[in-house]
Amino acid sequence: MEMNEKNAESLHEVEGLLHHNLHKHDVVVVGAGLAALQCALEASKYYDVAVVTKLFPTRSHSGAAQGGIAATLANMEEDHWEWHMFDTIKGSDYLGDQDAIEILVKEAPEVVYELEHLGCPFSRNDNGRIAQRQFGGHTKNFGKGGAVLRACYAADRTGHVLLHTLWEQCVKNGVRFYSEFMVLSLVIKENACLGVTAINLLDGSIHIFNSKATMFGTGGYARIYKITSNSWANSGDGLSIALRAGIPIEDLEFVQFHPTGLYQSGILVTEGARGEGGYLINKDGERFMKRYAPEKMELAPRDLISRAIQTEINEGRGIDGKECVYLDVRHLGAEIIMERLPQIYEISLKFLGVDALKEPVPIQPTAHYSMGGIPTTIDCNVLRDGKNKIIEGLYAAGECACVSVHGANRLGTNSLLEATLFGRRAGKSIVKYLNDKNPGFKQLPEDSAKLAIDEVEKLLNSTGNEKVADLRSELQENMKAKCGIFRTENDLKDMLNIVHKLQEQYKNIELQDKGRDFNTELMEAIEFGHMLDFAEVIIAGALNRTESRGSHFRRDFPKRDDDNWLKHTLAYKTPEGIKFDYKPVVITRFQPKARTY
Amino acid sequence: MSKYTLRIARFKPGDSNPHPQDFTIEAEPSWTILDALNEVKWRQDGSLSFRRSCRHGICGSCAMTINGVNHLACETQLSTLPEPVVVEPLRGMRVIKDLIVDMEPIYEKLIEVKPYLIAKTPPPSDQERSQSPEDRKKLDGYYECILCGCCTSSCPSFWGNKGFLGPLTMLKVWRFIADSRDEGTSERLEIINDRKGVWRCHTIFNCTEACPKDLNPTRAISNLKLTIMNGKL
Repeated sequence: MEMNEKNAESLHEVEGLLHHNLHKHDVVVVGAGLAALQCALEASKYYDVAVVTKLFPTRSHSGAAQGGIAATLANMEEDHWEWHMFDTIKGSDYLGDQDAIEILVKEAPEVVYELEHLGCPFSRNDNGRIAQRQFGGHTKNFGKGGAVLRACYAADRTGHVLLHTLWEQCVKNGVRFYSEFMVLSLVIKENACLGVTAINLLDGSIHIFNSKATMFGTGGYARIYKITSNSWANSGDGLSIALRAGIPIEDLEFVQFHPTGLYQSGILVTEGARGEGGYLINKDGERFMKRYAPEKMELAPRDLISRAIQTEINEGRGIDGKECVYLDVRHLGAEIIMERLPQIYEISLKFLGVDALKEPVPIQPTAHYSMGGIPTTIDCNVLRDGKNKIIEGLYAAGECACVSVHGANRLGTNSLLEATLFGRRAGKSIVKYLNDKNPGFKQLPEDSAKLAIDEVEKLLNSTGNEKVADLRSELQENMKAKCGIFRTENDLKDMLNIVHKLQEQYKNIELQDKGRDFNTELMEAIEFGHMLDFAEVIIAGALNRTESRGSHFRRDFPKRDDDNWLKHTLAYKTPEGIKFDYKPVVITRFQPKARTY
Repeated sequence: MSKYTLRIARFKPGDSNPHPQDFTIEAEPSWTILDALNEVKWRQDGSLSFRRSCRHGICGSCAMTINGVNHLACETQLSTLPEPVVVEPLRGMRVIKDLIVDMEPIYEKLIEVKPYLIAKTPPPSDQERSQSPEDRKKLDGYYECILCGCCTSSCPSFWGNKGFLGPLTMLKVWRFIADSRDEGTSERLEIINDRKGVWRCHTIFNCTEACPKDLNPTRAISNLKLTIMNGKL
């Protein structure tokens, strides 16, 4: 893409940067998963958009999603957005903001139709319409009916098809991609976002992207846990960068553990397997969910099932004394498995040597998703106080954001929906802002790149005896043990101490690779720095919230406490530690009730 | 845990050629090559560089040549391979560093053939386009492609002529031509009906052997050739 006259004339000097490493685009999108690409696609209809991503777009973790995207299309049976809204709110353990959830469920069909129009190859039912399957927590008639066919799917590769379709459309629309550029910091001046700095992984050079509007679609962070469904890239970069810029992070104590990760690796085995009728079995051959969720059984929401499985394991009913139970799909038959769950057949065979047609699959809960994130309005503006003061020109959507549509626990298939729907909404919001305000490019302060340059120099020149890989293992193992599915005050306090110790040790790391060319050791070191930042927020938040709600379970405070805790947490990272603020939950149609399945 | 030896091709900018370096690690037989590479990187040589993300065969980042055959490192078990396990960057691609190659030539070729739905007929305003399950089934074996590049980089025709669009590109073309909703057949066929397109494929089948998702680019290309020929007759 040629630099146009507009760009060439007003390039100012930024200290420490080569002139040609300064880029100007109307809109800069960080990340290249579903939320980011939807935003880029939407904005690219009217404006010049650049996507800055540390991975080539189709490598993004969105592609790993399997089960489906929820929308009340009612292609297979009666369904209503009001039912979907209730399910999502109850699923959130009443912490979800109901105005945002109403938007999510009402606009869902339109968003899914649009994705199909863009070419997404959904599976089809006999009427030629998008096929839908059952999924945990999605019910008929406000929970009084059984499971409803609401999850629109493409075999068990729904994330893959959505991601590739969106990338294809971005290519068609001439979106500019800066692939393998890792964003390092936000440039914010006088409450306006001017853009971001990034390192070009190819040669280690620092770049600045000056924009009128910046959007974060940076995804999740579950790599801080040892057993996780997440890709290596999921190191929560966007969360840390926001924290460092003084932005609070909302509800980060709510970490979703997906019930069925492949034993030992944590590789995702879709909830769709249970949606199609799979059973969860302990060592006694018992379908143990009848003791935890007698009505909904294997289709109860994820937090409930993860706790159930972990309890079975903790109480000695895991398989052969191991940390796993069985997911059994044999009774579904080869035709259904190979047509609707082909990837899990492949995964079980390749990574555990188990033939899902003939044997049950060993599974264990796996760190999966972040309900919390960067606080935004329902139009995806980032809130610098988490409540009502927006930062001009800064947006966020998808897993890295918290609107909040998932509250304390997310239902399956609502994340693909959130990412695409709010990504698109962010794009529309950006277009409206640019149309209405017609802002020019704001001049970058001379020291805009200082944070980025200093961070990289420090890591490259650091001498000491610590290795990132060892420190990271220590973080991951301990997060699983002390800030996992079941939490106690003592464990959480221990974990905070461990993180503080690791933060000190991080100052003493030494890289073996001190070069600039595709330095993946440097990349992992930067990512680990990010992990330490928000891990502290998660632990502090878990310690702070003295109740149990959704995915956050305290053995010492096992009950939900609406009187004191029906509110969102806003966590700031300060030199004195993590400081908390709060905001109320938006409640419109459904008053909080006890949550049983 | 047993001992395994990996012979990994090392290269950094400024070197004249990649050179092999041996590493011995303690590993479980069930470990994948990716696990082994991580072990080397984290415990022995932090400068070893390779792409990776999902570690379960869906993102396509870790394609490389292992004992002379293209694979995803994350899906290949140590126990299945004779030693020393030779790990090299994808054949026929410019090496940037160690096991990281320049994938741009593959991506650029893909972008050339309009790899997106082309539908001039407006869709229905309030629902999805209709597609029968039988029509949808025609995409099976093509839509699953993860753009890993194992196919194109295993193709001798590609090695001999870097202008060849390659199996990855043409599998994607077939994915769209086979889609009952797509109306871009003639535009795409025009691009690939060319010496750098389908006619450079000499049905060698390396691509089909290499595909980690068990797809069949050779068949896709044959389908394209037949479609072109049927159009001409």
